[in-house]
Amino acid sequence: MAQFILRRILLMIPTLFVISIVAFVVIQLPPGDFLTSYIANISASGEQVEQHVIDALNERFGLDQPMPVQYLKWIGNIVLKGDFGQSFAWRVPVEDLIWGRLGLTLLISLSTLIFTWVIAFPVGIYSAVNKYSLGDYIATFFGFLGLAIPNFLLALILMYVAFKYFNQSVGGLFSQEYIDAPWSLAKVLDLFSHLWIPMVILGTAGAASLIRIMRANLLDELKKPYVRTARAKGLPEWKVILKYPVRVALNPFISTAGWLLPTLVSGSIIVATVLSLPTTGPMLLSALTTQDMYLAGAFILLLSILTMVGTLVSDVLLAWLDPRIRFN
Amino acid sequence: MTTEPMKTGMTLQPAPGKPNQTETESSVYVASQWTLMWWRFKKHKLAMAGGIVTILLYVVALFAEFLAPFPPDMTNTQATYAPPQTLILFDENGFNPHVLGYTVEVDPVALRRTFVVDPEVKIPVRLFTQGYSYEFMGQESTLHLIGPEDPKDTMYLLGADRLGRDVLSRLIYGTRISMSIGLVGVTISLILGIILGGISGYYGGIVDSFIQRVIEFIRSIPTIPLWLGLVAALPTEWGPLQIYFAITIILSFIGWTSLARVVRGRFLSLREEDFVMAARLDGASQSKIMFQHMLPAFYSHIIASITLAIPGMIIAETSLSFLGLGLRPPVVSWGVLLQEAQNVRTVATAPWLLFPALAVVVAVLALNFLGDGLRDAADPYA
Repeated sequence: MAQFILRRILLMIPTLFVISIVAFVVIQLPPGDFLTSYIANISASGEQVEQHVIDALNERFGLDQPMPVQYLKWIGNIVLKGDFGQSFAWRVPVEDLIWGRLGLTLLISLSTLIFTWVIAFPVGIYSAVNKYSLGDYIATFFGFLGLAIPNFLLALILMYVAFKYFNQSVGGLFSQEYIDAPWSLAKVLDLFSHLWIPMVILGTAGAASLIRIMRANLLDELKKPYVRTARAKGLPEWKVILKYPVRVALNPFISTAGWLLPTLVSGSIIVATVLSLPTTGPMLLSALTTQDMYLAGAFILLLSILTMVGTLVSDVLLAWLDPRIRFN
Repeated sequence: MTTEPMKTGMTLQPAPGKPNQTETESSVYVASQWTLMWWRFKKHKLAMAGGIVTILLYVVALFAEFLAPFPPDMTNTQATYAPPQTLILFDENGFNPHVLGYTVEVDPVALRRTFVVDPEVKIPVRLFTQGYSYEFMGQESTLHLIGPEDPKDTMYLLGADRLGRDVLSRLIYGTRISMSIGLVGVTISLILGIILGGISGYYGGIVDSFIQRVIEFIRSIPTIPLWLGLVAALPTEWGPLQIYFAITIILSFIGWTSLARVVRGRFLSLREEDFVMAARLDGASQSKIMFQHMLPAFYSHIIASITLAIPGMIIAETSLSFLGLGLRPPVVSWGVLLQEAQNVRTVATAPWLLFPALAVVVAVLALNFLGDGLRDAADPYA
């Protein structure tokens, strides 16, 4: 097992390298370099840019040097000093802006993942065991609907309904009085009272596809002779189902963490923009529209790493659950 | 090459134990693969419905000019956020389709304009009427499927937006862009997917594992941030058409991976088949074996995968445009239209701005059902 984890982590290194290059390319894509836009931005607000500031920035990012050197300086600063560069729109170091928002994104993604499992597990089992029943058809119908409605639309519709019929604003993650308050138990409770809306919106599509997968897998397993054997042996029906076939059909649940996390992170960006959540989404979007590229690059890099780690965790869990994977 | 020996080999004699062989049963044996698929597909009622809706959507996309009563960019300051008008088919004189006009009342305190239906003003509506002129396939025309009898009148069957533009007309024009971006994007993905998936599955070994690593890599990064990053870098001076193609290319840059997986899987399973061996012994070139002998063997699977890939493209385009980083006005797509509905307060005053959302859901559902049916029918011998 330790060997498996080690091999898996070693495999991640080249991927991380490629991800960092992709993020760097995105930073470099807009025309003109970062410094020119930085100076233009400051001059536009009517302030003078002092020469020593320019020189310091040039030195820090190696802007007058060739691309590979710039890349090495950029990634070196990140790995060694945790320095992601300067956000010129906010005029603060990028690392001062990102961590809190990244944490909330992680919180939303993880709680959505758990929500997805909690919904999909019982509904999937029910659908498979009671195939072609009314409940199965209802689950299938909602499943397809969940897949077909892009989640930002769901957010929009939910906000409209809440606004129109309950006269309530559902945006944000905190109530007004807690937005700038320091962390306290009350603030955490307030957070959880707001969290369920993005959770439901983001989780619907994932839950829908997971229900389909669970149903299909379990249906395959239920046909197998060992299920009949268990039943013939006189096991109670719930045990027949839960003890053997469900355990086999459980694999996709764990492996979903791997592919669901990138989609959740992606989806949360759009949903967060619609619901104006204080997560990475709105900030990434504004960073991209104002071409605040170090900020945008840091987000792209960290969100990708986040999903990589998620995939790693799900692979390790899968190997722990299923010896066939571990010894292959 | 003659196909004669094949035929006699394939025709099955009715089993002697089954004297009541009916016409339909024996026709199963001689039906071609595509006929079998069609029979299988027909059984899938949802897929049939999905197919019909899909065809309708593409018909709308093709004949947008004829179907839309007004030009998509025709503004009307008198009709900002005018609510939808109901089409009334009969009046006291019998069949006389018409909509009722509005009178605008201004709230003296809030200065908010409210539209009140005025039963006195009748705007007759006719089928195949004259309207604005457009060019279709090089032909100048002013004929429209539906519209007010007098081209100077207005009619808002699905309401009007912020600038008093007709939502119905814009929706119809948006169908063209949104449905075609799916097709174009999938075509590009398909070309990439077939070439890379084909190479991967046919050669195997190092090439295969390299391409597989690339696919895994692309799938493991969250797509939206990357899309956003790439789209934000598009030069602002580019025209709508350039942006359109740039966006389809960016979308298919990530979309090809799933198609490549399907193609690879098929190539892997077909590689050991006898007909491939025969072609190889015959001295056919690698590319000829791959693209002339193996590829046609799973056309049906590819068609099913394409159909299932289009909705993803449509949603992606809608999301990007909705965020303001995709297509930009004056181009009209469903996503661009939904950009108008970004603000809850706007949606609350003009919920009809959400009609494009309905179009997205209908299109995505229809294509999903169609693709599901096609996938089931793709292997009629199973």
